[in-house]
Amino acid sequence: MADNSLLPAEPAHTSVERHDDPPEYAQARQELIREPYVTNNRSAAWVGDHIASVVQNPAPLWWWIAVSVAGGVASLTGIGLIYLITTGVGVWGENNSANWAWDITNFVFWIGIGHAGTMIAAILYLTRQKWASGINRAAEAMTIFAVMCAGIYPAVHVGRVWFAWYLAPIPNANAIWPNFRSPLLWDVFAVSTYLSVSIMFWYVGLIPDAAAMRDRVKNKIGKYFYAVLCLGWRGSGRQWANYEFCYLMLAGIATLLVITTCTVVSSDFSTSVIPGWHGTIFIPYFGVGAIYGGFCMLIILLVPIRQYYKLQDLVTLRHIDMCCRYTLLMGLFVAYIYGMEFFIAYYGGSPNERYTFYDRIRGPYWLTWYVMMFCNCVVPQLFWMKSVRRNPWLAFGIVLFPSVGMWLERFVIIVSSVHRDFLPSSWGMFYPTWIDIITFTGTFGVFFLMYLLFVRFIPVIAISEVRSVLPEANPHAAMYHKESSTGASHE
Amino acid sequence: MSESPLVCPVGSGQMPKKLYAVAAEFGNPAELYHAAEQVRDKGYKWWDTYTPFYIHGLDKAMGLGKSWVGKFTLAGGLLGLTVGFLLETISSVYVYPMDTQGKPYFSLPGFVPIMDLLTILTSAIVSITGMTMLCMLPRLHHPLWDWDAFTRATHDKFFIVIEANDPRFSEKTTVDLLREIGGTNLTFIGDEE
Repeated sequence: MADNSLLPAEPAHTSVERHDDPPEYAQARQELIREPYVTNNRSAAWVGDHIASVVQNPAPLWWWIAVSVAGGVASLTGIGLIYLITTGVGVWGENNSANWAWDITNFVFWIGIGHAGTMIAAILYLTRQKWASGINRAAEAMTIFAVMCAGIYPAVHVGRVWFAWYLAPIPNANAIWPNFRSPLLWDVFAVSTYLSVSIMFWYVGLIPDAAAMRDRVKNKIGKYFYAVLCLGWRGSGRQWANYEFCYLMLAGIATLLVITTCTVVSSDFSTSVIPGWHGTIFIPYFGVGAIYGGFCMLIILLVPIRQYYKLQDLVTLRHIDMCCRYTLLMGLFVAYIYGMEFFIAYYGGSPNERYTFYDRIRGPYWLTWYVMMFCNCVVPQLFWMKSVRRNPWLAFGIVLFPSVGMWLERFVIIVSSVHRDFLPSSWGMFYPTWIDIITFTGTFGVFFLMYLLFVRFIPVIAISEVRSVLPEANPHAAMYHKESSTGASHE
Repeated sequence: MSESPLVCPVGSGQMPKKLYAVAAEFGNPAELYHAAEQVRDKGYKWWDTYTPFYIHGLDKAMGLGKSWVGKFTLAGGLLGLTVGFLLETISSVYVYPMDTQGKPYFSLPGFVPIMDLLTILTSAIVSITGMTMLCMLPRLHHPLWDWDAFTRATHDKFFIVIEANDPRFSEKTTVDLLREIGGTNLTFIGDEE
């Protein structure tokens, strides 16, 4: 189906070469050439055919195996939650000093993973980082599924879940209204808004691709599914103008939302008077920590997908490289904040605060702190090397460390701050029960199960967005104006 | 319907019973862009381009103004802000005043996060609703979908469609114009009666 007339005659990026340069500039010019967003000079038709083939070809065997495994693991969450709800929150390891533990750790862990998806889809879109168009669909899907996993915990940790609807501002028979001054209520609004707006943003991005799928698939059920999903999209100039403007607006809205959400989640902690939590640094801390964990999860998802679906020309080494750079940058921010927290504890002069930080290193949970520091601050330094960033499976191996480390970070913040409070007589320890463990393990199954279904039924890369960053999509590109081009022309 | 088909290539001698538009196909974005500029300059209003992806600057080439979606976003945001403020103030000050830690009933700083979140939520909902309305979506049927070649409008072909509703439309001059600006596969598209 590929039309040869659409293939550029030569790579578009060679247009920056000038033949009157002194030879010593040649290498500098080579350095300045930007890598193409899609490698191997692929055409718009190829992009559509190739991405759609992931959905249109029969599911490979590994997909069925992966879905079965993920489904099996996901059922652990189901078992854990049923046991919890029928018995009571006492089945978790929480106790009187550590009255928040794995539930909130897991909540913050998963909600953080979501933030990188919004960062890529919204913030990088606003800042015109065109490379992000190759991975924004995958990243946003990650956001949605991670927020769904996160949402499990606040919903069930209230104890009697059948009263969870009291959190909503609904006039009820008892005339009780929520306390709007409480960060925990802000959290309810933040997470539900984050989930809703992420789904809307993702869906709007999907409309043109659903139309493309509608026009491709042959079987009747598939056609019907995509026809409904695309709302009857035709891709007219007037539609595109409104659509792009809407996408821009949503990107701005989502940027505001991701900052609000990490602010609200951190306010759960920082508005309390618990040593170790009571700090204004928590807002940037949670923001960069969230994006850090999210980029790690994104690399974990992208590397196998590009390999097994042969998407290397679309999710290029440059994409992996950029994700690794962001991981490194966020890792440095996180390391800085760890240091700054200790400095504040020392310099602030509060003995309780000082003791909490002493307890993190020398207390009973010392091992989690050391492992966290190793995973989050030491291992990602390997990303300074280009050869490491450009080796996808090595990057995959490396980001497993900060993924674990970011979970430990939340555990350190939460449990090591509360298990020893102001009264030494009430000090205690938290140990997870088997219900804690299977519920958390199961959320990975839930996440990967939903992700595998997404990869199967929805184009995993935004077809129309990738097409619009190809050289041939630019009506003023040099390839269309050979005779008038001077070589080093405008973009 | 069988006696006069809905889709008739120009020059086949047939015409749809009720003409919707005449359509032309273009091979690449540059051709479409320059063709669109010429259709715009001829003063056509009821016409449109169809592309598989967004082409930067095509809205200018078509002579379209700025999209109205931003106005919907602003309206939605203001709506959410107002709803959030009233919801929190009415319930915390008048309906169910509750003394929590001695904080004032009307604690505006504490109300900000939820006002902010509701602003975001409603502006997103209203923007998308506005966008689908401005795009005339959702849509169950469109005359162009009867044309088989049009399935490639979401793949690798580019189209200009000038509707018969346009005051400057004429079966002769419009077809000539589309041919002159480089259109191929010229086709009359009919509408169902």
